[in-house]
Formats: sequence, C-alpha cells, structure tokens
Amino acid sequence: MHGLVPLVVAIPLLAAAVLVAAGHALPRPSPDVVAIGAAAATTVLCGLLAYGARDHDLVYWFGGWRPVGGVALGIDFDVDLASAAIAGLAALLATASLVFSWRYFDEVGVLFHALVLVFLAAMVGFAISGDLFNIFVFLELMSVVAVALTAYGDEPGPLQGALNFAVVNGIGAFCVLIGIGLVYARTGALNLEQIGRALEHRRPDGLVVVAFALIVCGFLTKAGIVPFHFWLSDAYAVAPAPVCAIFAGVMSDLGLHAVSRVYWSGFAGALGEHQAELRAVLVALGSVTALLGGVMAFLQRDLKRMIAFVTVSQLGVGLVGIGLLTARALGGSTLVLLSGGLVRGAVLLAVGLVISVTGVGDELRGRGVGRQLPISGAVFALGALMLAGLPPSGRSLLDTGAPTGYGWLPVVLTAASILASGALLRAGGRVFLGWGAASDPALGPQHASAEEDEPRQRQRSPILLVPAAVLLVLGVAVSVWPGAGDHAASAAARVTNHAAHAREVLDGRRATSIEVDVGGVDAVSVASGLVSAAGAVGLALLTLRRRRVSDLPGLRVGALKAVHSGVVGDYVAWLVVGLALVGGLFAVLLR
Amino acid sequence: MSYLPFALAGWLFLVGLYGVVTSRNLIHLVVCLAVVQSSTYVLLLAIGYVKGGTTPIFNGIPIGTKTVDPVVQALTLTDVVVSVTSLALLLAIAVEVHKRTGTLDPDELREQRG
Repeated sequence: MHGLVPLVVAIPLLAAAVLVAAGHALPRPSPDVVAIGAAAATTVLCGLLAYGARDHDLVYWFGGWRPVGGVALGIDFDVDLASAAIAGLAALLATASLVFSWRYFDEVGVLFHALVLVFLAAMVGFAISGDLFNIFVFLELMSVVAVALTAYGDEPGPLQGALNFAVVNGIGAFCVLIGIGLVYARTGALNLEQIGRALEHRRPDGLVVVAFALIVCGFLTKAGIVPFHFWLSDAYAVAPAPVCAIFAGVMSDLGLHAVSRVYWSGFAGALGEHQAELRAVLVALGSVTALLGGVMAFLQRDLKRMIAFVTVSQLGVGLVGIGLLTARALGGSTLVLLSGGLVRGAVLLAVGLVISVTGVGDELRGRGVGRQLPISGAVFALGALMLAGLPPSGRSLLDTGAPTGYGWLPVVLTAASILASGALLRAGGRVFLGWGAASDPALGPQHASAEEDEPRQRQRSPILLVPAAVLLVLGVAVSVWPGAGDHAASAAARVTNHAAHAREVLDGRRATSIEVDVGGVDAVSVASGLVSAAGAVGLALLTLRRRRVSDLPGLRVGALKAVHSGVVGDYVAWLVVGLALVGGLFAVLLR
Repeated sequence: MSYLPFALAGWLFLVGLYGVVTSRNLIHLVVCLAVVQSSTYVLLLAIGYVKGGTTPIFNGIPIGTKTVDPVVQALTLTDVVVSVTSLALLLAIAVEVHKRTGTLDPDELREQRG
C-alpha cells in the first residue's frame, strides 16, 4: 500500500507532461481520454489509500530517507484518512470537470487538460504532505495553475478575477513562507511532527506565536475566511464552470485542512495551555464568515458568484468545526466539508449546464430560461436543500463536539445556512420555474460575466449532466452512510492525539487504533437541519412571491456590497487588517 | 548575530505591501509583489547564516568545518523558482489587460464588485 502513495501525485503530473508534449499530435478524442483516465485512476488510488489509512497513517519517505532517532532529514507524504478523503474529493471533482468540459467548451485545447491535471497533482500533494516546506511549494503550484485556469477564456472579466486571485493568494503564501522560516529558525525542522516535538515542552514565545499567526492567516486566505475572502468571489465568478466546480468543491477546503494539520501536528503541544483562547478566536472567525457568506450570497444575482459566497459560508462552518479543537467537532468538520464539497461541485455543474445551453448565468436575466432543463433544476434544488444541513450527520458531530459555553453555535450556523440555501433556492425558483419579479434593485446591476452574451439556444449532449448527478448522489451517500460519522470521528481522534501521531511518523511505532462510536445523530441537529431547510424554502418563497429583496425592511446592504470593491489594493489592505487582527489577538491571548 | 537582516526583511515586506495597496499601475503592482517576496529571501538566508561559516559544499573540506545552513539556501532557491513562475504569469495577465481594456490602472477595472 505504501508504494501507491507517490503515484497519486505522479500520475496526473506525468499525464499532463505527456499531453503537453504529444497532445497536438494526437487525434481529437485521445487527449480527453488520457486526461480523464489519469484523473479517474487518481480517484481510485485515493480511494485505496483512504481504505489503507482507515486504522493507521500511511507514511511514505521519498527515496527511503526515513527518520533516524526521531530526526527527519527526508521528506514525507503522511496520508491519514481525512487527507486521503479530501485528495479523493479533489480527484473526483477533477474527473467530473474533465468529463463536463469534454462537451462544454466549443473548442478545448490540450493545455486545458494539462492544467487541470497539474492542478489536481498540486491539490493532492498539498493534502498529503507531511513536510511544511513541501506544503508551501504545493500551495504555490496550486495557486499558479488555478490562476491560469481562471483566466482561461478571452474576455476582460476573467483577467481581473485572476489578477485579484494571484496577488492576494501570493501574499498569503508569502505569509506562510515567513512563518515556516521562523519555525525553522526555532526548531531546525521542516517535518510537521518533528516541529511539534521540538516545540512541545516549551512555553510558546513571541516567535512561535508570530509564526503560527502568519501560517494560519496564509492558509485562511486560501480558505476564503473573512476578512481574507475578497478574492474568492471574483475568481469563482469569472472562472469557466468546470474549473469553478473544482474551486468551489475542494480548493478552499484544502486551506482549512492545512490549518487543522499544522495546528495538531505542529503547534498543539506548544499552544495546548491556551486552547480556550485559540478556540474563541477561530470560532469567532468561522461564525462571522458563515454569516457574512450567507448574507452576501443572498445579495447576489450572478449564479456562480452566489455559489462562491455559499462556499464562503460553508467554509466558515468548517472553520468552526476545526476551531472547536475537539476530535468530535474536527470529524464533523471533515464530513461537512466532504459532503458539502461534492454537493457544491454538483450545483455548480448544473449551473454550468444552464450557462452552456442558454448563455445566461444571471438570476434576473435568466428568469425562466431553465424551464427546459428540469433535471438541472432538480440537481440544483436538491443540492441547495442538502447545503442547508440535510441530512445532518456532519453538523450533528460538529454540534455535539462543542465544549460547554458554545451552546449558541447551532443558532448562528442555522441562520447562516438559511441565508445561503435560501439564496440558492430563490435563484433556482427564478431560473428554473420563472417565479418572482423581473427586477430587484438590491441585487445590484448586472455583472458583465465572461460567458454571457445574448440569450441563445444550444443543443447540449445529456452527458453533461452525468457528472453533476454522480457528485450529488455521492454527496448524499456520504451524509447518510451511518459509518461515516464513526470513521471521521476515529480518524480525527488519531489526529488530535498528537504525541502518538508523532511517534507513528517519526519512530515508526504504530499507534493503537482508536475506535469511536459517535452514537447516532443528535436530535437538536436533526431539528436544526429541518429548521434551516424549512427556513431556506420559506425565505426563498418570501422573496419570490411576496416581496423583492429590496423591499425587505431594515436591510442596509449598500455598505456591505461596496466593501467588495473588486480593486486588488483594497483586498490586500483587508488582508493586512486581518493579519494584524489575528496576530494581535494571538499575541495577547496565546502567551 | 546582527538584527539588521531581520529588520531589512520586515521593512521590505511592509514597504512592498504598501506599494501593492496603493499602486495605480499593474506593472508597478507586480514589481511591488516581487519586493514583498524578496523579503522572504532575505529572511531565509539570514536564518541560515553562521558567523565565520563557509559555503556549504562538503566535497573536500574537513569534517566539522563550520558552514552556513544549506537547507535554507535550498528553500530560497525553490522560492526564487516559484516567484519567477507566478510573476511571469502576473505580467502576462497585465499585458493582456492592457491589450483588451487599454488601461493598467487597477481602479479602472470594475467588472467585479459587490
């Protein structure tokens, strides 16, 4: 099983190289077949790795440079269940996206396929790296390729989104790198477990706290957490739909995964005494993100931009789960991100089909254009309901994993999902059923989006729907499979037991396997899932049937929309504010 | 160990960020980003510096000779490669922006807002 680990990065990279080198000489369908085959093979391998990592980590040392006496000179891939699952999600979404793009673009060159494959390799490498510097390299590779994919098209829109994406993420990555440099200066180590061991029995001094703040803020930029989220909606809105499905489904989740990995492996020992303070900061950031994402989603008319803010909202929920710093909540967060990622990917591909057939990706202009696409509408509506927290397996773990004092969390998270799912259902009602008013000033002027021209009618092969349906079915399956909660919680318990995890990686001593029985789904979470689904439907009906969003009382949203100015300098200023805020709070609270 | 290189790294980081935030020209903005990135080179090299250390080429020097840390040099080299890629991509985007819209001022690109 260990021998398979490097293949999940090597296969897509090699396939991409082959496509770039020989793709032009190949007849038309073969580049598609090679690319889809490589992505599908990676998906299967990630599934195998997840199976192999269900009881203990799979640790692979490049070139056989194993650690000696607890000192790791070599570089490793450390596959645990959560990393394998999220890598599998990335591979699955890449496969779906490649199948979708086979018929989506009128003309698609081999470069698109090669970029998607390199993107996949970077995401998988990022998810399973156990070495902090390699995490940075994969982070940068991921950003560069993602920027190129965002700009894939020939309109001015994508360029601005790609530019904001590249600059903001670039600065986030530099923060990570400076943090890595400071950690190396203190510990002389780049391996996460070795860093954790070196920092463990020391009081966290200023250097360690600053390094932790920089690394966390860098990853939160990737994850699109407020106030680091501004680039995300611009990039998602302009990226072509098949690319956007990967972005919305997994790219941002990876940033959160890195936060949890870096904390538990590297810093949990050093910052353990200050867990309560760190928890307060992270949960606050997550809650604000969940709410703001929900509100902003509700104020959008561009469908992809709306899904971008729904993603922001869900990532806030994910950060709350990670930030609660308990094994149970971490498992819940993983489940929320996995099933949510699958569903968001499906919803985005359904939107992509609408754009592809009708040429419209805007809620108001596209009123009723989706009537002829009932299956897309069904995928869209089901996905929106699932994002409201149905079925509630992940949210249940997350809610019951919260320590005392966080009883208010389900209320906030429910409010956030009502807003986010309500926005999606409202848009679905307009586009697929033709309900609601034809104008709504609160939603703002129309965005000139890349893929829109005059409404048109195009025949599209029904094969375009298959990837969306498969993703949705898998998303449902992850949520209803009763074993998912137990596995996620057990895997999270192994991650949070950081001393045993370090022994497993550095000394090759297999940890005793931990079996957690999460004991069914919490009644409060079922209730809050039902409440948010009902609330979302109610909110959507209210804004479609009774009043427009602009007529709702007490809504002062102009300022909120104005803050999302689209100017890259403003976004970087917000990033600096967030960095100062998080760094300042950590400096005061964690020492 | 002198504090000067660390102060310089901090200065480069902040002055580069100031440039990015206030820039009215995309090419200027990309160069400011390169300034931010160069702070990471200075920081990494300063971390690995050993007073009186020689270059870390271990062929033909006696065992136990004091050298500077080769790991951070490898990191810096990787960092340079990464930055070349991303800066080249950004400059290409800036050129395309100018071709299509006739402006390089980020404030005039208002396609995305709200």
